[in-house]
This record gives sequence, structure tokens and C-alpha cells, in this order.
Amino acid sequence: MSLQGLTYFVVGLSFALYIGIAIWSRAHNTGDFYIAGRGVSPVANGMATAADWMSAASFISMAGLIAFLGYDGSVYLMGWTGGYVLLALLLAPYLRKFGKFTVPEFIAERYYSRTARIVAVICLIFISFTYVAGQMRGVGIVFSRFLEVEVTVGLLIGMGIVFVYAVLGGMKGITYTQVAQYCVLIFAYTVPAVFIAIQITGNPIPQLAFGSEVAGSGTALLDKLDDIVTSLGFNQYTSGTKSRIDVFCITLALMAGTAGLPHVIVRFFTVPKVRDARLSAGYALLFIAILYTTAPAVGSMARYNLIETIQPGAIGSAAGNMAYDDRPDWFETWEQTGLVRFDDKNGDGRIQYYNDANAGFAAQAAEYGWQGNELSVDRDIMVLANPEIAGLPNWVIALVAAGGIAAALSTAAGLLLVISAAVSHDLIKGIFVPHISEKRELLAGRIAAAFAIMVAGYLGFDPPGWVAQVVAFAFGLAAASLFPVILLGIFFKRVNKQGAIAGMLTGLLFTYGYIEYFKGLFLKWAGSPWGENIAEYWLFGISPEGIGVVGMCLNFIVAITVSHFTAPPPERIQHMIEHIRVPRHFDEDHA
Amino acid sequence: MHLDKRMAYWRANLNLVGVCLAIWFVCSFGFGVLFVDQMNHIRVGGFQLGFWFAQQGSIYIFVALIFFYAWRMNRIDRKFDVHED
Repeated sequence: MSLQGLTYFVVGLSFALYIGIAIWSRAHNTGDFYIAGRGVSPVANGMATAADWMSAASFISMAGLIAFLGYDGSVYLMGWTGGYVLLALLLAPYLRKFGKFTVPEFIAERYYSRTARIVAVICLIFISFTYVAGQMRGVGIVFSRFLEVEVTVGLLIGMGIVFVYAVLGGMKGITYTQVAQYCVLIFAYTVPAVFIAIQITGNPIPQLAFGSEVAGSGTALLDKLDDIVTSLGFNQYTSGTKSRIDVFCITLALMAGTAGLPHVIVRFFTVPKVRDARLSAGYALLFIAILYTTAPAVGSMARYNLIETIQPGAIGSAAGNMAYDDRPDWFETWEQTGLVRFDDKNGDGRIQYYNDANAGFAAQAAEYGWQGNELSVDRDIMVLANPEIAGLPNWVIALVAAGGIAAALSTAAGLLLVISAAVSHDLIKGIFVPHISEKRELLAGRIAAAFAIMVAGYLGFDPPGWVAQVVAFAFGLAAASLFPVILLGIFFKRVNKQGAIAGMLTGLLFTYGYIEYFKGLFLKWAGSPWGENIAEYWLFGISPEGIGVVGMCLNFIVAITVSHFTAPPPERIQHMIEHIRVPRHFDEDHA
Repeated sequence: MHLDKRMAYWRANLNLVGVCLAIWFVCSFGFGVLFVDQMNHIRVGGFQLGFWFAQQGSIYIFVALIFFYAWRMNRIDRKFDVHED
């Protein structure tokens, strides 16, 4: 079977599986729709959380980002895993004990305020749509390359599938589909990684191959990589270019953001007990870690493979670079998508790939007869192109396509569900129509989900920047708005509604303003970004990706200060906090 | 009496959380970011240790930390007789 036929077959099979599961596990009431009837086992919830969590950014983009960033890519690895420690230790067990349906609902009750609930809903919608825009671009990339359809058509197909199982199944449908999607995506990720690890180092375990010697050379992979990239004028692979404070802030923003993401938090509402919430976070991170420890290995090997392909001979020798006419098939197919581009600047018919932005290397390059870097490779394709670069069989390539789609769809579905729950449960039932019947609330939830899918699809046509980068902004916003008020709500009884509302608004507006100013997010039509995005202009040298940390600190400071000068929360709220801090009531409470 | 017990339970919880977060911080922000250059002088196999912590080691420790916390917390729950079922 041809590659395209095989890809259609594998992707089609996975779609049939998801829809089958959705029909089997469709929601019958609002409990099913919002939190899967609270009957999900910790292991299944761990898997679903992992799939929910690992988005197109993790699957498609991350290894590619790391391949080009080297050490600087560590911010994503630590940031997107370390947040689970915060979540498991500081938030998940208590929110599970609280035992309601949504994150804004917790904020509303803890801060005894409908205004706080509305602000929380605004934060949630803001974060979730930023995040979902990134997923839709991921779906578009996979479809346009592997199924060779227009990006628009690809997007519509993706939206259709999510529509079926999110609208029909709600949280219950999504949970069990995500379990299946986790299996597809982790298999699709690790199989090529193992093949490539064997090819390069002879060691089948990518995490170990990462620190092994390149087969037959006697030099460690990372040392060899450092050596090759520096002789092409790039920065050393194992050390970064970002400033220390920026690495620190981006990592922390991603961690706190992870813990504050509504679609992740809500997953811990679906398990039966407080104890399960703690354990489930452990399983979730374990399943995530399988991909996250493989990714940097894949990144380094992909970079090595790419350079070895382009530069098979000695650097600087006339025939050291690959001739364009001899380019491999994968090169040609990716050129058609525009994600790989070659521009023969010195007219020698060969591909030179080096860092032409490095002034210190310019003289050396000129001596070689090179007149600028001739190859541009979109970071988002590294994982998708990797099996082809390594010459792996077609079924592996088809599997990777299915895995990429699974990753994007599972996350998109999770996000769409929290958006719809925020609309139907928090806005409609919580604020506007408190006496709505359960049946009508369920219907409202389904309509909201359908509407959210359309907005997400629209955003997918023109998302700002790379998948992983767009997603990074969602974290900054979550870190600066929701994470602090939830944390304070559990650990500081004195924080009241005025403090929480002021804190959330300060964190959200500051962080959003900074990102919009330097990067442009939603106001591109109004001419944003307005500021030049370079380190000299940044506040304390912190980039827009890391600014969520400053927003978070502002949120904490404002919330505590404002609370200090206003009335303490009422007695019943103090009791409620006592109540969520223990898994089961103290026996004396009834004595 | 019952207020004391409640306070003691909460303090035991906060102590455990504090210890875990200290380890969390040292292994990621400490070894992987702030002291990465010093750590990189140490080599383990083909890895520089600081780089390894930043891209591999911190993640393994995060996973272990959550399971450790869940296990210790269950013991504390039982000790104070607030465990479920």
C-alpha cells in the first residue's frame, strides 16, 4: 500500500475507534457531561490527563524546538512536567474534596462572589482559546502533509470528529477517548524514537542513547553534536543563549501555568476520592514523562541526523555539502508544504546549512565560499519528518500522523469541554438562569461545545506563531490569573473576595498586555505587536514567555494587600476551607 | 482538643509539602538552571550532569516525588483518622 493510502487507513481506523468509544460512553446527565460521573479510576484518569495534557505542542513541536534550542529547550521539559508536582501537592486533592464541577465554581464559592466567578470565567475562556488555537494549527499541519488535503479541509475534518465525541459524550466520552488517544500517541512517539536510537547509537532506549556514543565513533552523541554545531557557527547544544533569569522565569511560568490550567484541574474532579486525586496526578506525570524524557533524545538525534544528511563530507570542503539534485524524497515532500525551503545563494547547487546570524563565523563562512544559510526548516516538522529522515518503514510514518492528530484532538476536546462547562454551568446556571432544569443545562452545554468548536476552528486559520510558542502564552496567563487565587483560596483563609478579584484582574491584564505589546495575540488587526521584541526592552530581561511569573507575583501581592485592608471572609467560608483541607471529617466534628 | 488535632494534621501536611517542594526546587531550578554550569563539570556517561538534570533527571524526580507524597499523605491521613472509607 502507498504511504498515503496507509496513512488514510491508520488515521481512519483511529477515528473509527474514537467515535465508537464516544457512542459507548455517551453522557446521560450533567454529572457525566462535566466530570464523567466521578467514576474514573486513577490509572485511567492518569492516562486521560496525559493525553489531555500532551497537545500538538508536545507531540509535534517540542522535540523540534529542543533540537534547535538545545539546552534552552529545557524550559519546556521542566516547565511542563514540574507543574504536576504543584498540582498534586497544592491543588488537586483539595479541589477534589470541594467536589463540584468547574474551576470558576470553586472560586465563586470560596470567594462568595458572582463577580469573582465571572472574572474566573473570563480568565478561563481567554486561556483556553489561546491554547486551542495552537492545537488547531497542529491538526492543520498534520492533515496538509500526510493526507495531502487543504489545511481548511483538514481543520474541518478535525472539528467534525471533536464535535461528535465532545458534544455527544461530554467528559465521559472525552475521558475514554483520551485513554485510547494516549495509547495511540505514546506508541507513535516511542516507536520511531527507538528505531532512530538504534540507528545512531545502537542502544534501543532513547533516554540512554541520548547519553551514549555514536555507533562506531567512540564519541558521545552530545559531544559530537556540540562539536558539529559549533563548527557550523551555531551555539553549543548543551549550553543555551537565553539569560539565566529568563530560563528561570519561563520554567516557573510554565509550571505554575500547568497547575492553573482549568482543563487539567478539572480532570481531578473525575476520580472517586481525594486519595485517588493524589495518586492520579502521579500516574498522569508518569505517563507524560515517558514522552517528555524521550523528546530531548529525539531532539538531539534529529538535529544530528539533519546535519549529517545535509553535510555528509568535511565542513568547508567543496563537495562536503549535499547536492540539491541528490536530495532525499522526504526533502522534496516537505518542500511542497513550504515548511522546508532551499535557496541556492552561492549558486553551487549544494545545500549549505549554518548560522549566518553569527558575526564571528562570517569570515570563516566566506572563506568556505558560503554566502548565507540556504536551508530553512520549520521547527514544527522535526518529529513528523524524523521517521522519513531516518528511512523508517511507511507504517511508522502513518502511525506518527495518527499520533499527531490524536495529540491535537485530545487536547482540543478537553479545552472545548471546559469552555462549554464554563458557559453552561458557570454563566447560564450559575449567574443568569439559576433554576434551569438539568436536561436543559445539558443541552446548553452541548450547544456551547459546538459553538466553541467553531471559534476554535476559526482561530486555527491564523494562529500567532509556532504551536509551542502560542501555547506557552496560555500558561503565562494561567499562572498569572487562576493559579494564585486557587492556591490562596486553600492555604490562606484571610484572602477575601475583593483581594481575589483585584489579584486576578491585575495578573491577567498585566500579563496579557505585556504579551500583546511584544508579540501580538488577539489584536493584530489593531496593529499589535507595538514593541520590538528584544531583550533590551524587556522588563527585568524577562521575555513574554516568562512574564507570567511577574504577573503571578503581582497577583499574590495585590490579593494579599487588598484583603488585608478589607473585611475578612465570613465564618462559613472559614469552615468551608477547614472542610476541604481534610479528606474526611474529624470524628469530633459530630461529637 | 479537636482544634489541636486539626492544626496538627494541617502542620504535618504542610511539613511534607515543604520538604517535597524543596526537593522539587533544588533538582529543577537548582541543578538544572541556577547551578547548571557548575554541575556541567561533572560527567556521567555521555552527559554533563547539569544538562542531564535539566532535560532528564528533574522529570524522573518529579514523578517519584508525587508518588512519595501520595504514599506519605495516606499514612498521615490514617494516623489522624481522616482517611476515606
